[in-house]
Amino acid sequence: MNVHYHSYDAVIVGAGGAGLRAAIETAGKCRTAVLTKLYPTRSHTGAAQGGMCAALANVEEDSWEWHAFDTVKGSDYLGDQPAIDVMCKEAIDAVIDLEHFGLAFSRTPEGRIDQRRFGGHTRNHGEAPVRRSCYAADRTGHMILQTLYQQCVARDVNFFNEFQVFDVLYSGEGSDRRMAGVVAYELATGDLHVFASKGVLFATGGFGKMFRISSNAHTLTGDGPGVLFRSGIPMEDLEFYQFHPTGIYGLGILLTEGARGEGGILRNGLGERFMERVAPTVKDLAPRDMVSRAIHAEIKAGRGAGPDKDYVYLDLTHLPPEQIDAKLPDITGFVRTYLGIEPKKEPIPIQPTAHYAMGGIPTNIDGEVLVDANNTVLPGLYAAGECACVSVHGANRLGTNSLLDIVVFGRRGGKAMLEYIQDVPHPDIPRGAEGPVRERIESMKAGSGGEKVAEIRTELQATMTADASVVRTDESLQRARDVIAGLKERYKEVKIDDKGVVFNYDLTEAMELGHLLDLAQGLVVGAQARTESRGAHWRDDHPTRDDVNWMKHTFAHLGEDGTITLDFKPVVLGKYEPMERKY
Amino acid sequence: MTTTMNPVSVSPAVPAEVSVHLRVKRYNPEADTRPHWQDFTVQALPSDTVLNVLHKVKWTQDGTLSFRRSCAHGVCGSDAMVINGENKLGCINLISTVGTDLTIEPIRGLPVIKDLIVDMEPFFAQYRSVLPYLITDDDPGYKERLQSQEERERFDDTTKCILCACCTTSCPVYWANGSYVGPAAIVNAHRFIFDSRDQAASERLDILNQKSGVWRCRTSFNCTEACPRGISVTKAVEEVKRAILYDRV
Repeated sequence: MNVHYHSYDAVIVGAGGAGLRAAIETAGKCRTAVLTKLYPTRSHTGAAQGGMCAALANVEEDSWEWHAFDTVKGSDYLGDQPAIDVMCKEAIDAVIDLEHFGLAFSRTPEGRIDQRRFGGHTRNHGEAPVRRSCYAADRTGHMILQTLYQQCVARDVNFFNEFQVFDVLYSGEGSDRRMAGVVAYELATGDLHVFASKGVLFATGGFGKMFRISSNAHTLTGDGPGVLFRSGIPMEDLEFYQFHPTGIYGLGILLTEGARGEGGILRNGLGERFMERVAPTVKDLAPRDMVSRAIHAEIKAGRGAGPDKDYVYLDLTHLPPEQIDAKLPDITGFVRTYLGIEPKKEPIPIQPTAHYAMGGIPTNIDGEVLVDANNTVLPGLYAAGECACVSVHGANRLGTNSLLDIVVFGRRGGKAMLEYIQDVPHPDIPRGAEGPVRERIESMKAGSGGEKVAEIRTELQATMTADASVVRTDESLQRARDVIAGLKERYKEVKIDDKGVVFNYDLTEAMELGHLLDLAQGLVVGAQARTESRGAHWRDDHPTRDDVNWMKHTFAHLGEDGTITLDFKPVVLGKYEPMERKY
Repeated sequence: MTTTMNPVSVSPAVPAEVSVHLRVKRYNPEADTRPHWQDFTVQALPSDTVLNVLHKVKWTQDGTLSFRRSCAHGVCGSDAMVINGENKLGCINLISTVGTDLTIEPIRGLPVIKDLIVDMEPFFAQYRSVLPYLITDDDPGYKERLQSQEERERFDDTTKCILCACCTTSCPVYWANGSYVGPAAIVNAHRFIFDSRDQAASERLDILNQKSGVWRCRTSFNCTEACPRGISVTKAVEEVKRAILYDRV
């Protein structure tokens, strides 16, 4: 196995929206390398559809404080309010920046950036839905990814495409410990690359492939969080995982909330608009956790549709066909492709789909990674985007706030890293730092056990969707915990077919499965400990929010023996006192 | 006041599995001197995609079969391949439409590295050569630039490109001459040439007026047929040609 050594000031791992936005801050100002296991334009930011909220007030009165209130309430009061204020205030600049970068937003008749309604976004603290989401048809994420990539091309950013990071390197001990670099595996050659770097920013996205029904790409396997988790960095709030209400039935492919923002209606198998009962004011535009639970309840009550009564409908048939073509062309195309249904004429079968990790690598508002619940920073280590937990989404993310998160905190993380690297010495990495990765790869290739990666992954996904998704109980979570423990044992006996060095995805899938298993374990342990229902975390055996005991974030630590321990960090409140969440 | 509608019986019915026969062009640079064909048979649903079927092979029969993929619903552009002679994305083509006898090859015109994986670097280099980013001199200040709905519509079609290379690698001219920038690069130039906010149209038109540029196009329309995003690729190329000839954007 060949090993190459590189030296940089800043290494960014992941080239979706957050990584590219960070690269725009550092490129040309310090030696920057961007590592991605894909090509940048393949990143899953490109699959985001509906929009990015910012209180531009282009089409009706709005303010960033209203946006912040909605985000706090949407988070079920678990989001840290100072961080939410930063995000919602900077949202306006972030949209303007993107426009200046060339993003082709949809426009109003006056030529301004158009805005539309989105779930949980309201005027004046919940009075009525507000038009806050800036969008580009139903491919806003595609446009953001393309635009940021274009800007990186313009800045001649140094990309290492199809380089997958499998380890992090630190220097110093105890309180002197700081970031020193990463070890990456080059897919095209199987070579290892040691990147010594003063600063490293992780922006590797989510880990939705631990679920069977998922809107996530095959490649969303939590590599960044997985690598850091094993290196001793805690994970925050893993139990909060969002299930998007409108995934294509059986497939999980996302159909944007923008479809409901344009007037789409959810109906049960009897044709009833059930969201009227659940959220009388905002109806179908209630936040995702509430809508997903409402769908679950309809199905459980026998009011689902189809032969097994296990889905409901997203109905667009009453919308003008030209509005569908102009505003929702991509998602209606997906429906035609995968279900063979014409959404202008027939309602679309949907079910909740695993969509977004609210939890992840704990950071402050500058993207600096925290190593404990006392906000201790590990110098030089940064994270941004879905892999990170600031926490601005708390227990439930509002639609559009993910695209906002990546550009706001990608920028902040990049800026902070650029500042940090100015006065630190270059890390000294001993030769052989790639040793542990080399050993893992070699032992994976030498594995002679009888276990197959795909079988373990399929069982993990089935368990997580059955026992740790929209509705959970102590019993279901214990079951999932036991299954995961068994799968982790079997994982040690994995055997792969491909022993080669060139594009060995058989090997990388096996490595990725290790990350998914660890993170799933963390999710389930956190969910079992949290004996309350808050946001996306619903416990049938503890169906109320418990503000006395649980206004706190969980920090999961993965021990060397593979066990997970939890500690806790209080939620940072602001001007909004927790109150009952009604829409 | 619950509103109702007539329930429509939509059933994504689950029909029986069918046998799918695949002939895949394999090449392992570590073992083979030249590509060879390998046959596989898997059970799949008519609603399964070609990508699903390839995954079945990889995950249950032969883990060495190698191909790129990510989003699995036609937006990331990773899994362009030649399916029964035509450039397509594996993830948006169902067995019910492509059939149960499949011949699968890597896209043409780019060097094959392993199985369905080709070297994308020449393709991205051509993309980068057309200045694919907004270029302006003016300072818009702390506010958005205005753009009318008509101006925005002018380049809407070419904003859809996902850089999958289906178009470029379906072009006979590109197969014969790899120095041609190819339709994807032209589409991405078009996206800025016709953007009312951009001021570098003439630089891009100069680039595309060179020997490697638009004049290589012989309007075979392969690119338009191959585009999984439904972009009118040939039309975009023609619009760029006209802009060069008549100095009009």
